Amino acid sequence: MSAPLDDMYRDIIMDHFRSPRGRKQLPVVDFSSNGRNPSCGDELKLQVKLEDGIVKDIYIDCQGCAISIASGSMLAETVKGKSIAEAKRIAEVVKQMLKGENAELPNDLEDLDSLQGVRKFPVRIKCALLAWVTFMEGLEDYEHGHGEGNVTTEEDK
Amino acid sequence: MEQKIQNEPLPLRSRLTPIEIERIRADFPILEQVIDGNRLIYLDNAATTQKPRVVINAISDYYRKYNANIHRGLHYLSERATEMYEHTREHAARFLGGVDPSEVIFTRGTTEAINLVAYTWGEQNIREGDEIVITEMEHHANLVPWVQLAKRKHAVLKRIPITPDGYLDLTNINEIITPRTKLLAISHMSNVLGTINHVADLAAKAHEHGAVVLADGAQAAPHLAVDVKALGVDFYALSSHKMLGPTGVGILYGRRDLLQEMPPFNLGGEMIREVRFDNVTWADLPYKFEGGTPNIADVVAFDAALHYLEEIGMDRLRQHEMDLTRYTIEQLSAIPGIEIQGPKEVEQRGGAISFTDADLHPHDISTYLDAKGIAIRAGHHCAQPLMRVLGKIATARASIYVYNNEADINALIKALRGMRRYFGL
Repeated sequence: MSAPLDDMYRDIIMDHFRSPRGRKQLPVVDFSSNGRNPSCGDELKLQVKLEDGIVKDIYIDCQGCAISIASGSMLAETVKGKSIAEAKRIAEVVKQMLKGENAELPNDLEDLDSLQGVRKFPVRIKCALLAWVTFMEGLEDYEHGHGEGNVTTEEDK
Repeated sequence: MEQKIQNEPLPLRSRLTPIEIERIRADFPILEQVIDGNRLIYLDNAATTQKPRVVINAISDYYRKYNANIHRGLHYLSERATEMYEHTREHAARFLGGVDPSEVIFTRGTTEAINLVAYTWGEQNIREGDEIVITEMEHHANLVPWVQLAKRKHAVLKRIPITPDGYLDLTNINEIITPRTKLLAISHMSNVLGTINHVADLAAKAHEHGAVVLADGAQAAPHLAVDVKALGVDFYALSSHKMLGPTGVGILYGRRDLLQEMPPFNLGGEMIREVRFDNVTWADLPYKFEGGTPNIADVVAFDAALHYLEEIGMDRLRQHEMDLTRYTIEQLSAIPGIEIQGPKEVEQRGGAISFTDADLHPHDISTYLDAKGIAIRAGHHCAQPLMRVLGKIATARASIYVYNNEADINALIKALRGMRRYFGL
């Protein structure tokens, strides 16, 4: 028996899918990172501008399903204006939440809770994860002075 | 190279009637299921078909009454099991247009059948600089073995491109199939586009240059009357589970003289004549290629599937599918945002109908339809290179079989219209 559709396609998710945030190209970026799930065909390009330890701006272009587009849009909305440390912490919490581990979302980020519904559709978890993992890997590469990274969440089960 | 592929239309009086279709549906217990209050609508037949009661019963009968290992046992059960197993082989030989049963090798499926050829005939015959010709619409099963063989042998892999409407583009065929061509490996019917390829013409062309021809019949054999001799192919591969039979059974047809020259594939029991510590001689055809205890029960049940298809008649089945494919294409084309991939002419194609929505990923389409009890497939359909050629990241695919009817298609169409509203499109 399949889970009810509305569990996954919640209003907040649909809103982000229809009008994704973070679609404005940035003139100058500090790091970029690419995510790709070949079995879905999802492709995601992410660019970040930092300033004084803060995520000043983020551009995210996602070709994929409603879940990967919405999740990317939610990432852009959430991390913009946050300190790098805080952005990392949130991304880690979302990742844990999607993988079904015990994770508390900060009170002011309850919107992200709507991604939880994806867990009832196991094959779609990787779609929701893609943007967050791509962001974290990109940040890590940047901090370690590596170049542009290529990320997939298809091995994440 | 013009060739009319299939079937003068059957006279109306000999077509399957709605009542007959209802009777056919009643033979498939799984179709009686209700999922979340919705009648199950199964439109994923290109992936695997459902099984009629006679096939399900044949498996259970075999284990209840006849189970024994074949070919060696000197007791009643073993003799019965051997007889039944060999009976399917003879039946399959007739189903393929009347080939010799020794040319019919049981495998686990199409993939194993093609790998058998790649690892035996391919290893023995492909040399550096030789050319292997495939098409852009191949399933990975008829692609990956040749990509790897070409790599191992430093051979050249060439491909026949496709036209925008999903046919093979034969404009430059004389530059593609040449005296250097050693193998033409071609899909008889595309699992994504539905296209029925003009295998006979291309096989004749390849043979002019002394090449060997393999056709991947996984999609064609369930839907068309196949005569491998008329097609002129040297190898033909198919899977039982895509034609009402059990999973884990496939067939490799191979021309006798080629099979005789080929080394065996799986070494061990069943496939030997005499074994000494320093020397082994091989069994005769087809046993040389059937090392180990085969999937006896499912081979035996495959006979029931072939029988079921013959009772309906492949020409009537084909006519029903052409009619339903035409209806599906018409209805799908009327939905805004939906684009159909592959030929629109039903005489030139089968009932695997791929489509995309301008605004929605195929996985969202599939998830939405699933919630309405409609099973389709979404993704790259094991044809990633073809997806790149089409410029699509994936497609949704509805694929029909003999038990599908207009009501199934109406449910699909209604759901797709509802889907666009649901996503606010």
